[in-house]
Amino acid sequence: MYIDWVHFTPGPALAGGVLIGLAASLFVVLNGRIAGISGLLGSLLQGNADGRDEKALFLLGLLAAPLLWGLFGTLPEAEFQTGWPGLVIAGLLVGLGTRYGSGCTSGHGVCGISRLSPRSMAATLTFMASGFATVFVLRHLWGG
Amino acid sequence: MRRLSALLAGLLFGTGLLLAGMSNSAKVLGFLDLAGAWDPSLALVMAAAIGTALLPFSWARRQQRSLLDAPMQLPQKRELDRRLIGGSFLFGIGWDIAGVCPGPALTLLLGGYWQSLIFVLAMLGGMWLFGVLEQQRTPWPLNRGSR
Repeated sequence: MYIDWVHFTPGPALAGGVLIGLAASLFVVLNGRIAGISGLLGSLLQGNADGRDEKALFLLGLLAAPLLWGLFGTLPEAEFQTGWPGLVIAGLLVGLGTRYGSGCTSGHGVCGISRLSPRSMAATLTFMASGFATVFVLRHLWGG
Repeated sequence: MRRLSALLAGLLFGTGLLLAGMSNSAKVLGFLDLAGAWDPSLALVMAAAIGTALLPFSWARRQQRSLLDAPMQLPQKRELDRRLIGGSFLFGIGWDIAGVCPGPALTLLLGGYWQSLIFVLAMLGGMWLFGVLEQQRTPWPLNRGSR
């Protein structure tokens, strides 16, 4: 392993992280809710009547972010490295996994660890570990 | 008021994801590639987000109502079970096949990427499949209050 200094972007990473933390804080302090994207989406899909408007509006804000960004500058690059079959398999696993695990990077990783929840810490360690392993297998064992 | 704050929080969250580079799957995969050229940026994103949210969350844990007078709805589950670990395990694999997690996928949807549309549709399919599998096990509504 060596550090990829070329792609390392500490400034935007820290600033973006602060914004994410601020957004999650606002949602819990003002609305009393966890800003977990998969949880919000899943509960809307499941048709939970509780707080449907607030959940939908949070997600709408998420959807609107690139539009607002576009008014002031060009969107940051998003390089996808997977074709459609990979995206379909990945999406299915993410949808299924986040529902069984009741959370994703935002719900467990950001909100859960900030709450010092042992469940969320265990979940975060698990998906990080299976992530590291997956990338290792796909990039170094399989793809070569 | 609560609707406005929800919309603003979502907007801020999405902007943060874009700024942090979470919406760039190449960057996410660079972080997850421990054995190759490792890009530590996302560790800083997580650290900054958690550092910022730590105090507000510790305040929220001690409240019954939010500032806008909504009930504080924090998850109450405590047990570490197979569902939590198994689900997170599957999520990690999916996350790293594509380098996309649910937040960035939604944020990119209106950014004009067809890849994001495919991913989101498949993710909704996965969530729907969960519902079907659960319904066969126990009657609705299970797993409420999940994140």
